[in-house]
Amino acid sequence: MNISLLIIAIFLVLALYLGIKARKGKDMDMEQFAVGGRGFGTFFIFLLIAGEIYTTFTFLGGSGWAYSKGAAAYYVPAYIFLAYVLSYWLVPKIWRYSKRHSIISQPEYFASKYKSKSMGMIVAVLGSLALVPYIVIQLKGLGIIVSEASYGAISPVAASVIGAVVVTTYVMISGIHGSAWTAILKDFMILVVVIFLGIYIPVHYFGGIQPMFETVQAAKPEMLVLADQGLSQSWFVSTVLLNALGFYLLPQTFMVVLSSNGERTLRKNAIALPLYTLLLLFVFFIGFTAIMQIPGLQGADGDLSLLRLAIQTFDPWVIGVIGAAGLLTALVPASVMLMAASVGLTNSFFKVLVPAATETHQLIVSRIIIIGISIIALIVTVTGGEALAILNIMSYSLITQLAPSLFFSLPKTNIINKYGAMAGILAGVLIVLYATIADVKVATFLPNTPHVINDISTGVIALLINILVTFLVSALTKQISMQQTEMNDLDKIS
Amino acid sequence: MNAIKLLLFVPFIGFLGLLPYANKIEPYILGMPFLLFWVAFWMVMASIILMIVYKFDPDNKGSESE
Repeated sequence: MNISLLIIAIFLVLALYLGIKARKGKDMDMEQFAVGGRGFGTFFIFLLIAGEIYTTFTFLGGSGWAYSKGAAAYYVPAYIFLAYVLSYWLVPKIWRYSKRHSIISQPEYFASKYKSKSMGMIVAVLGSLALVPYIVIQLKGLGIIVSEASYGAISPVAASVIGAVVVTTYVMISGIHGSAWTAILKDFMILVVVIFLGIYIPVHYFGGIQPMFETVQAAKPEMLVLADQGLSQSWFVSTVLLNALGFYLLPQTFMVVLSSNGERTLRKNAIALPLYTLLLLFVFFIGFTAIMQIPGLQGADGDLSLLRLAIQTFDPWVIGVIGAAGLLTALVPASVMLMAASVGLTNSFFKVLVPAATETHQLIVSRIIIIGISIIALIVTVTGGEALAILNIMSYSLITQLAPSLFFSLPKTNIINKYGAMAGILAGVLIVLYATIADVKVATFLPNTPHVINDISTGVIALLINILVTFLVSALTKQISMQQTEMNDLDKIS
Repeated sequence: MNAIKLLLFVPFIGFLGLLPYANKIEPYILGMPFLLFWVAFWMVMASIILMIVYKFDPDNKGSESE
């Protein structure tokens, strides 16, 4: 065992210890397990929401995109800080409604708003479908980081498996409390590591950040601006808007919102969080330095740029610390994602099928689901081979299909009904899946489409069709849903 | 929705709306190519705008409603 692997192992054990210890003194019921009894104040909410963005994707994919695609990578912090702006208005509404109706998961929220169990089931399945690629990203990233940082002493697959076992263990024991406690360690580590690397590396190789960018400009100026086609401005704007909209629709972020102890905690967080995205600039500095220092990483290997460059620059013990930080950026988000998927499925699927299930039953089932999802994610991690960013974008395209149903449900009277909402979601999801699997864009059907339109993200186009279907079906089924409401009213009277 | 919350549109319109004018390398500001600076600038602006909204938002007056 080399020194780096030793350091990584120590942090892994520490995370496991904190994750398990977090349970102490809590009577675990579903509400404690899923949303910490709605008791988290500003500090934990900040860490958990920030924890959801500083994932392995930001660590590896952020520098990887800067390395292989240049300025297009800016879309990541851009959508995140705009999501925080939106959150100031959006998430207190979600929190308030959920608190009043004792809702602890996203599918439940939709089921309650649309008074439809089928709606809850659809959202639960869609949420899990979007979460699996996300968890895969974490596990895959974890494998890459630990394997690279240990100088190959451990294989990526073995590292992914060990990581999955650790995170599954502490999530099953402590629920969201485990995520909150490990998040403290993680954020401290990532802050120190990213700022240090982001400043030290460009200074070490080029004498400063500006000289580094000037060298890139001289060699590859196209890396520093958005392209005219492909990853162009219209791609950038549409992707940023789509992802900003989708950010709080991600089941894991949604659940963190519910774990807050009040509306004001959420608003206060919205102020500080955009500043936290500045951290990503340092990740980009590293990616851009790598363009000049370690050219030649092709395709998905661009995700290795940060680690390869660090290995070329530092002693093994520093690499160990970087590896440990990377490990934590995988564990914390993965833990919340596992929770979100399992609580959603337990509440909106299992409970519908087995209405008599007790609280204890539900806790057992949600733990079994956690194991199940971990295993599925591990299988995809070992067998699949997509680059991190593509998976990330697909998750967002899928989950954003919930946006119309969410936003129309916010005002007192909803202008759409459950049939419209469900039809719209299904239409949008099918388009995203089809377009991603068959790799089609607008120009596939209309070859003369200007690239300004062709570059618009698939998710946005699916979303537009989704909205159209939502309205159409709502209008067509108006009669049915009005009769139903009347019947419900009659039921209440009798 | 109270009027002060309309300020929340500013980062969206400012950052994305003026993007065509910001998509350039020079001038460098704070060591960063202009486009990257533009992103960083709006991160800070977003935070400042949210602080202003928080301060004047009547929803944050008095004790926590629930």
